[in-house]
Amino acid sequence: MEHALEATLTVNGTKVTRRIAPRMHLVDFLRDELGLTGSHIGCEHGVCGACTVRVNGEIVRGCLMLAVQADGCTVDTIEGLSDSQELSRLQKGFHEHNAFQCGFCTPAMLMAAQELVRQKKTFSREEIRVHISGNYCRCTGYQAIVDAIESVIGK
Amino acid sequence: MKAPSFAYAKPRSLEEAFPLLERPGARILAGGQSLIPALNMRLSAPQLLVDIGGLSRLRDISPQPGGLRIGALVTHAEIERSLDVQFHVPLLAAAAPHIAHPAIRNRGTLGGSLALADPAAEYPACALALNATMILQSRKAERRVSAATFFKGLFETDIRPGEILVAAEFRKVERSAFLELTRRHGDYAIVGLAGVADGSGKRIAFFSVDSKPVLAKHAAGAKSLEEAMKLLRQDLSPAADLYNTSATKLHLAGVLLSRAWNTLSKPH
Repeated sequence: MEHALEATLTVNGTKVTRRIAPRMHLVDFLRDELGLTGSHIGCEHGVCGACTVRVNGEIVRGCLMLAVQADGCTVDTIEGLSDSQELSRLQKGFHEHNAFQCGFCTPAMLMAAQELVRQKKTFSREEIRVHISGNYCRCTGYQAIVDAIESVIGK
Repeated sequence: MKAPSFAYAKPRSLEEAFPLLERPGARILAGGQSLIPALNMRLSAPQLLVDIGGLSRLRDISPQPGGLRIGALVTHAEIERSLDVQFHVPLLAAAAPHIAHPAIRNRGTLGGSLALADPAAEYPACALALNATMILQSRKAERRVSAATFFKGLFETDIRPGEILVAAEFRKVERSAFLELTRRHGDYAIVGLAGVADGSGKRIAFFSVDSKPVLAKHAAGAKSLEEAMKLLRQDLSPAADLYNTSATKLHLAGVLLSRAWNTLSKPH
């Protein structure tokens, strides 16, 4: 029943066309087909947020979207946003505040936090916590992550 | 885990979608924020996913006399941001931020949530409180079903084989209250309340208390909060879940009712 379908995505600015099995979700495609392993796979059912990527400019759960659904879409991953320097202030903030230990959640945490930074508004600590509530960190207790995000937003 | 294999089709129009839905084991894929986790966990194994994401006509939010028609593919994030929704149906605008997390709200859709009919979901309770009308389209006809009869049970609706939920219509109600109790932001509610009030009185729906959202008819008709709290026992008999007993849930429903009561009772 399953047939691979051809799909064309623009990933970090580069157009890629591949034949993709419908059952493959977007993060598996990015990791296994394109070698972009910065987007992580944690729970694979939308709870942990480790697979957060941008599709058409908005963050999504990469494990809750089929790669074939991204046909014609623009996809940005941690690799692309690091190279473009978009995340550099946030990355510096995370570094300075020691906002990670094992680092597993960090790429997705940056992707999610950047949504607040982009709005160029200030947010309370509570609002920051609500915003990143869909991204699990099992090391830091979030305190340092909130500190880091707070140091960058609204500037 | 990884999803089992299935075929995938993305129709460009409703006309193309209907014959696909008649194939064996076909299922509609909208935003996928409940269906794809179910596939990944192998709780569901359709043979064909019919991705309706390309049907742009289902993405409109259109004001109409007395209310708003919202297309099935409008996302939670769009509902959260829409000035039309805030103006006409503030209950929905208040409910949307409670649904999961931003990355999920960017993909999840109104129609997907209503059609799934999860007993812990926000929109079905809002639809019941507002007595929304579901617009169901099939190859031959359009059917309009009120929320009161649309939700039939646990993950069960009045949608018939071959039908697609294309939109829902909500009447304009300015006074509303939306509250839910969760252990962590974005979790499913332990108990939730969606209430509206206008000249004809209050309509208060509770969710996460039964196999489908429940209208608290007795409590909503009460003259005072004290009376409403007593009558709530006639409206609800919540089933216990893994963490909360039935008595706890009933108590918490009362807490939400007391918090919402004044908002819903101000003079018109």
